[in-house]
Amino acid sequence: MLKKEDYQQHISAKFNSELESLRNHMLSMGGKVEQQLVTALDAVMKMDSGEAELIVRRDSEVNQMEMAIDDECATIIARRQPTASDLRLVIAIIKVNRDLERIGDEAAKVAKQAVRMSEDGRSPSNFIEIKHIGAMVGVMLRQALDAFARLDVDQAVEVVKGDDKVDKEYGSAMRSLITFMVEDPRNIGVILNEMWALRSLERIGDHACNIAEHVIYLVRGLDVRHGGLNELSDKGETL
Amino acid sequence: MSAIATITDIKTQNIEGKVPMDKRSALEIESQDATDTYETIGTPRVDNAKMSARHVNVFYGEKQAILDVSLDIGRNEVLAMIGPSGCGKSTFLRTLNRMNDIIPICKVRGDITLEGEDIYKSDQDTVMLRARVGMVFQKPNPFPKSIYENVAYGPRIHGLAHSKAEMDEIVEQSLRRASLFDEVKDQLDKPGTGLSGGQQQRLCIARAIAVSPEVILMDEPCSALDPIATARIEELIDDLKEKYTIAIVTHSMQQAARVSQRTAYFHLGKLIEVGETKEIFTFPKHQLTENYITGRFG
Repeated sequence: MLKKEDYQQHISAKFNSELESLRNHMLSMGGKVEQQLVTALDAVMKMDSGEAELIVRRDSEVNQMEMAIDDECATIIARRQPTASDLRLVIAIIKVNRDLERIGDEAAKVAKQAVRMSEDGRSPSNFIEIKHIGAMVGVMLRQALDAFARLDVDQAVEVVKGDDKVDKEYGSAMRSLITFMVEDPRNIGVILNEMWALRSLERIGDHACNIAEHVIYLVRGLDVRHGGLNELSDKGETL
Repeated sequence: MSAIATITDIKTQNIEGKVPMDKRSALEIESQDATDTYETIGTPRVDNAKMSARHVNVFYGEKQAILDVSLDIGRNEVLAMIGPSGCGKSTFLRTLNRMNDIIPICKVRGDITLEGEDIYKSDQDTVMLRARVGMVFQKPNPFPKSIYENVAYGPRIHGLAHSKAEMDEIVEQSLRRASLFDEVKDQLDKPGTGLSGGQQQRLCIARAIAVSPEVILMDEPCSALDPIATARIEELIDDLKEKYTIAIVTHSMQQAARVSQRTAYFHLGKLIEVGETKEIFTFPKHQLTENYITGRFG
């Protein structure tokens, strides 16, 4: 099984350090994006437009990181022509990079909704759904990044499976918010803000799930996107 | 799941790929370490084999250079053989047309067949064999003759042409298949040694093709060539596989990745792993293969 230390075993010490710094940059981008999400949720709960605007501004830093990491990947491909686990690492990072950037975008969207919420007032739901689903996807993202850092397939599989739960919770949150709108149409404005934020959180869950799938590709060379994991377990195969 | 469990699973899934060491006792091996058994990972056997090697052991005097290698070369496929220097890949390649016969201390044990026929049988005509299994070497080695004569030499000694017109046809077609004709058509009477390195190598390929071989063995055919000449030869290899079966030894992993359908990895005389080239270069199953192709300390 692939281990972290394997990336330090090249005859070329420079190649070792290039891959190490690529991995570190990706993980620190992961940390940054995670922070963006946590702060965005906090801004919603506090209806703090100042904090929310800070998140929107910081999204451009995430975008810069995305471009820098892509550039690093292109350089490694051009100079090193990576193969096998090195190739899978570079490919996985290119993809994770994209998912992280999208998570950053979604966190910024949540923050934008927080600005609206601060203007429109508190929702009758008291943002309980956002708090709940936000915590779920926050854990998924953390676990997906941990799985990447530790090359932990078992944990990645858990994250992929967890996405179904988020989808279910999202469905039931939507139903409950519709009830509030039906009860009192004056709520429609604030509830819509909340629905948009929830939509972004649900997307973050999808991206965290993608990251976990890239970890499985990285470690096991298997493409489990688009239901591949279910197909494997239907065939009785385990990772 | 641990690494050991993973490899065991792969082995049990690939029952076809197993190469048991059942023939070893029949071989006269003095220097062999009795505990030194191994299994090749992957698919050394294929359904449409053009050539098959079974339990091949090669010795240079007391020293064993190849240990129990079993490997098929599929019809019209390009098989790349890679591995560090001294791993036995060139030695193995040379057993396929008995080039090792010319080394007095070299002994070959095991079975090698071409279209099911044993090529080491006692009445095998090695000149005929080498016409069927041609070879291209690391350094281009044209004869010190004209371009025309370089190509015509083989067909002449094998009596393949019955008239000047037929010979002209063979020479032209061989040079065309080697993508050289257009560059040399006006200087066929000039010495072959006057061509550039890349052209000389293509001339050697034309010379090998001229006797209508079934298999072409290439021993690092591009290592003395620049990238443009290399690209031409690689393009040519791709065309040639339509008509011929090709086994190529190369030190360039990128080359193996570019030209071959299957790749075999040799290490210290053993065939460690063989499989689809795409698999070998994206997810090799054996740690030694992984270490070699990613440039890690093995």
